[in-house]
Amino acid sequence: MGGPIPILKVGPNLLTTIHVELTDSIAEVFQQDVLRAIERTGAGGLVIDISVLEEVDTYVARVLADTGRMAALMGTRSVLVGMRPEVAATLVRMGYGMEGVETALDVDRGIARLASLKENR
Amino acid sequence: MGLRVLDAVELPIRYEANIAEVRRSARALAQSRGFDSFATAALTTAASELARNVWVHGGGGSAMVEDLSDGQRSGVRMTFRDSGPGMSAADLERALAGGFSTARSLGLGLSGTRRLVDEFAVDTRPGGGTVVVITKWTRF
Repeated sequence: MGGPIPILKVGPNLLTTIHVELTDSIAEVFQQDVLRAIERTGAGGLVIDISVLEEVDTYVARVLADTGRMAALMGTRSVLVGMRPEVAATLVRMGYGMEGVETALDVDRGIARLASLKENR
Repeated sequence: MGLRVLDAVELPIRYEANIAEVRRSARALAQSRGFDSFATAALTTAASELARNVWVHGGGGSAMVEDLSDGQRSGVRMTFRDSGPGMSAADLERALAGGFSTARSLGLGLSGTRRLVDEFAVDTRPGGGTVVVITKWTRF
């Protein structure tokens, strides 16, 4: 766990809140931290909370989507939660709808989504 | 009443951390001029995309942030300059259509950014660097 973004085990899942600027170097360490945490804890799901972020450009959006894809390759489902209205509107206007990324309004609904994904597997 | 430039600040883009500084400068000016939260996010995200292009594709450069007034509305104009490889007319056309990327994010960055602002202009040629100018206005 080398990066500045904490990754917490909450029940059967991992929860992480992006609270800093995702620069190239922070993004890479974050992705590695997430994957190591999945391996270490055997977490069934990953909740990525972006409610603090006032803007998400296509670079950050790609980092977030890629993190979910990396987790998926290891067998862990992920859900992106807390996207602000301004961020959702801006990403779609740019043509970046983050297709294939599971989303939920907040952390509670994200955890519920992970539980239902598990049942339907 | 014509267009007036009330203030101008030029920021260097030499390190990745400068991208965040450009973004913060755009956000602070938009908020102080009464842009709503959606317009502020649109301008700030456009600034982030273009500053990142300068850093990734242009090998660094600068961003000029200007505080505008046309007598009725407030505006923010941003000019992004780099002395990187530039683009041919055909490459630019493809980049603006959204299906082209010389490295990682140029295509989506340029085409997406155009949809977030009121005015958008690009001046580029192979070997001659790239200049992108965007303007966003308050609604009324």
